[in-house]
Amino acid sequence: MSVEHASRRIIEGYARGGTDLAADEVWAVEAHLEACRVCRDRLSAAVGAEVPAVASLVDTVWSGLEPRLAVTATMPRGRRRPARLSRWMTPTMVPWLAMVVSVTLLALLLDLGDTGSGEVSLVLLFAPVLPVLGVAASWSRGLDPAYELTASVPRAGLPLVLRRTASVLGVVVPALLVGGWMTGVMVAQWLLPCLAFTATTLAFGGVVGVTRAAVVLAAVWAAVVVAPTLATSRTAFALQTGGLPVWGLILALGIGVVIARRGAYSVLGAHR
Amino acid sequence: MTIGKEHHMTSAVSAADIAPTAYAWEIQATGLKVRVGGKRMAVDGLDLSLGTGVHGLLGPNGAGKTTLIRTLATVLRPTEGTLEMLGESVGGMGEHRALRRRIGYLPQEFGYYKRFTVREFVEYMAWLKEVPKAEIPAAVQRAVERVGLADRADEKLKALSGGMVRRVGIAQAIVNDPTILLLDEPTVGLDPAQRLRFRELLQELGTDTCVLVSTHLVEDVAAACTDVVLFAEGRLVFQGTPDDLAAAGGPEHMGDSPLERGYSALLQGPGPGRGAW
Repeated sequence: MSVEHASRRIIEGYARGGTDLAADEVWAVEAHLEACRVCRDRLSAAVGAEVPAVASLVDTVWSGLEPRLAVTATMPRGRRRPARLSRWMTPTMVPWLAMVVSVTLLALLLDLGDTGSGEVSLVLLFAPVLPVLGVAASWSRGLDPAYELTASVPRAGLPLVLRRTASVLGVVVPALLVGGWMTGVMVAQWLLPCLAFTATTLAFGGVVGVTRAAVVLAAVWAAVVVAPTLATSRTAFALQTGGLPVWGLILALGIGVVIARRGAYSVLGAHR
Repeated sequence: MTIGKEHHMTSAVSAADIAPTAYAWEIQATGLKVRVGGKRMAVDGLDLSLGTGVHGLLGPNGAGKTTLIRTLATVLRPTEGTLEMLGESVGGMGEHRALRRRIGYLPQEFGYYKRFTVREFVEYMAWLKEVPKAEIPAAVQRAVERVGLADRADEKLKALSGGMVRRVGIAQAIVNDPTILLLDEPTVGLDPAQRLRFRELLQELGTDTCVLVSTHLVEDVAAACTDVVLFAEGRLVFQGTPDDLAAAGGPEHMGDSPLERGYSALLQGPGPGRGAW
């Protein structure tokens, strides 16, 4: 937007005290100077060059002010960290994410030490349920004291669900990536089940509450995959490469249900 | 010295401010029913119209006040009947984002993050309420000043007393300058002086906002509300001014003040009391 600036005549006239300007010109230039830095700079240059009396008065005022300004401490900058972080995760999620990462590290250590589980990779075995725990923590009524407030805001619903889920995956997936790389497990082999489980948790969560869904799915996973695998020391079919298309299908279904039922995440029901 | 927007014209009144309202009542419920848990209808066939002003929602424990306020906050869905808020029909699977931007809500159990400062918490809520980013600092400061916490704004919430935390709850509810303000038991934990200040704030807000305050304290209603809504067993028992409520009671009814006598008269009907509680 182009703005008309005060003319040189008016600026100089104002610097000399405004006596040779019309009253409405003085009024207009004062209003303009309040909002326009360019003209304020021009005015101060005009004062310095043409009106030594005013310039010396300004210098006197400055010399009186400067020592007092020097001792005034500047406002400390507020800590901005929590505000920015809290847009991605609730403060109560942090200990849970720490736990999830330490479980990954523990599984990795056991894998590398190769104790007891034989051929089976523990990283692979735990990968799908770890993010689910984090997602559950971000929607738990017991863990998040502000759950009712959060449910009532316009930003609640699918965008916030996806934001929090993304932050959980952002922490868990790199940890698993390192674990997978060190134990030589193929990335798709754990990443697909991991994403499929997360999507399914959110899909069921829209119906029965995210935390309940997470607990049920983790229990099912433990009973159907973890227990038999540990008992027989053989990688279950679900985790072999042959199971990948099935996981892909589950992931797609989960995402479809989440999108179709996106309204369900903005009511209290999702926080069970 | 720099000023951020020097060549920018701002108009004092936006188009949204002068647009005519497309609704007669801020809140209008017809035959509203809300199921809670398995079978119980906590709100059972409610017809209610609320406009601008301060409305006191009175009723015994378990009358369904909290369920009604949650429904109005759109975190519970109506089971039957129609609910229109600001001209928008509430219910179904919609997210009501535009409507929620104009609602302020203080739940009965106000949960907060202890490690946040007052300012951080209200800022976080303003962000969740989609207040435009550039307006957040000023809106937060205004809300915190209105509840009288400007001098404690940078203290952590865990260092505050119960009454102050309650005021933080009110600050977060008004930070988005709501058109509908829903306060569930806001005076719990406030000392008498704070309660007086809170009544003044309510009257101030009620001039251009539809404020619904649930309370069990009859004297709060008398002092701050333009309108009383008496609610029992999920149904509307009475709606009128505090004077109408006082007029409903006679000397034979229980209570220490005319309002309390009116309250017990309307809840108990013409017969004798139903017991001590």
